[in-house]
Amino acid sequence: MILIRRFEEATEREFRRGKIGGYLHVYIGQEAVASGIISALRKDDIVYTGYRDHAQALALGAHPDRVMAELFGKGTGLSKGKGGSMHLFDVEHGLYGGYGIVGGHLPLAAGSAFAFRYQETEKIVVCYFGDGAMNIGSFHEAMNMAGLWGNSGMCPILFVIENNGYAMGTSIERHSALTDLAARVQAYNIKTEKVDGQDVFAVRVAADRAIKEIRETGRPYCLEAMTYRFSGHGAADILQPYRSKEEVEKQKSRDPITMLRKRLEDACGLTEADVQALEESAAERVTAALKFAEESPAPEASELFTDVVGEHGPRPVAETEHE
Amino acid sequence: MSEKSYRDAIREAMMEEMDRDKNVLIMGEDIGVYEGTFRITAGMLKKYGPKRVIDTPIAEAGMVGTAVGMAMVGLRPIVEMMTVNFAIVAADQILNHAAKVRYFSGGQVDVPMVVRGPQGAGVQLSAQHSQTFESFYSHFPGIHVAVPATPADAKGLLKTAIRGRDPVMFLESAALYGMKGEVPDDPDFTVPFGQSRVAREGKDVTIVSFSRMLQLSLIVADKLSKEEGIECEVIDLRTLRPLDLEPAYASVSKTHRAVVVQEQWKPFGAGAEIAASITEAMFDELDAPVFRVTGEDVPMPYARNLELLATPHEAQIERAVKKVMYRG
Repeated sequence: MILIRRFEEATEREFRRGKIGGYLHVYIGQEAVASGIISALRKDDIVYTGYRDHAQALALGAHPDRVMAELFGKGTGLSKGKGGSMHLFDVEHGLYGGYGIVGGHLPLAAGSAFAFRYQETEKIVVCYFGDGAMNIGSFHEAMNMAGLWGNSGMCPILFVIENNGYAMGTSIERHSALTDLAARVQAYNIKTEKVDGQDVFAVRVAADRAIKEIRETGRPYCLEAMTYRFSGHGAADILQPYRSKEEVEKQKSRDPITMLRKRLEDACGLTEADVQALEESAAERVTAALKFAEESPAPEASELFTDVVGEHGPRPVAETEHE
Repeated sequence: MSEKSYRDAIREAMMEEMDRDKNVLIMGEDIGVYEGTFRITAGMLKKYGPKRVIDTPIAEAGMVGTAVGMAMVGLRPIVEMMTVNFAIVAADQILNHAAKVRYFSGGQVDVPMVVRGPQGAGVQLSAQHSQTFESFYSHFPGIHVAVPATPADAKGLLKTAIRGRDPVMFLESAALYGMKGEVPDDPDFTVPFGQSRVAREGKDVTIVSFSRMLQLSLIVADKLSKEEGIECEVIDLRTLRPLDLEPAYASVSKTHRAVVVQEQWKPFGAGAEIAASITEAMFDELDAPVFRVTGEDVPMPYARNLELLATPHEAQIERAVKKVMYRG
């Protein structure tokens, strides 16, 4: 969680320096939701998420160098610099994206879950999405199909609502007719549970319980993690007219990292020196990632035309011009 | 070879591939118990069971999106659209997800899936059920678009689509479902993508077409040959993405005249792309502008006489051929 926090702080700085282009949505404040759930997974389980995806990638074990290089648009990035911040992808570590259309990835995740049972494996899928994703058609279609397929044990998926209270800048009271989001998921015959998303232990315990049931039954399960994003929606969201400074400050009193630290101090005598060591190791990791990203070459121009399709790829426009 | 309908050729392609590879499955609305609106999937539920022949809710985005997720982890789903018109509801899943995920992942996944179903006018289904979509989908990189004009090609192209590594929009002509033709019996018969064919040889005018309009073009070519001694060479494109215009270029270098025939509306249609490409590549060879025969620029009406007026017919193709020969 400390690595994720320091990594995200570094990306915000690099965005302001112009090293990172496009949109940048950081995860600061929500770390316990990524770490608590992903730490409960087996190696061959897979994860889908939206565009606020750096934390999931790091928690799954994606190399920080390659994540940072992707954000810098370098050829050494996870996706050779073709995806960027919103589309982190690392199949080797179980990350199946990183999607930029809010809620659009939910059907994909349900389909992969079906496939895992079809292939007679024990694998499960975790699908993260925000409260804002719950108003688009893809959400409802995916939930209904997951619930339906779950009835015959064919949809082992954990849906994780990262309820940070805002769909970009529209508060939940202004975007959802019913603000009890878990109840909305129950309507699709999916078992749900609300969990304190700032408390990594609470998230982990709930995840263990949910995942055990999913693996046993092949039915979907949904955790609504109540969390809060400390940074803006994206790096360009500076004024944040939709919420007050007081609200943000109040929420920061429930910083997941501070809460974890306190818990470890009380329970197992974590010392200042221990924390210092963790901080130093995270700082080193981030510094190394920045150096790697900075020094890596841009993608080769020829990469423009690769990976469009598996067969019958495109020809450069110039080649289609006849003499 | 045996004689089969376009409909049976499609069913046979799917069943042979399901027999060959257990990763192939089919999903769609009322394809199982109901056996399909156009009965393409008749008998399949009984043979393969509900895990491989999946009746879905009426949820096109859900169907296509789940298929993308299945394909990314190793299955080969076929999604039947009751009509391709309904696929617009799933456009985000087809164009923003299926077509993009290979690229933005830097090639980390294959997406072997087929979205197939009938399209086109001819049976008085009016505005929301009679459209054709080939230029819409062909505009986007990341997917392939097949437009078979014969039973043999329907079978061979569909098998290539199912065996491939990419998402394919397989656009069938509803009006051709009953059409019969010779189809090879070899279960490994396939037709590769991106290989147009000369459907009829001729020396005077090149007609470029696909799907149902190809059949219409052949009728006109025979008529003109018999009645006026005009020999049209007819090119069947088979797939619009990838698009192989080399046989069309070769033909134009012989005939110096070309007509493109499509069922779709004229503005920004496939015909515009084909005509522009021929003009760019073969300008010095052309003795006349490339003419397009298209549907009328209106939503499809219900009344039979109006529907016929809105859809391209033989007389229009004949007129276009004569026009490029300056006989019109």
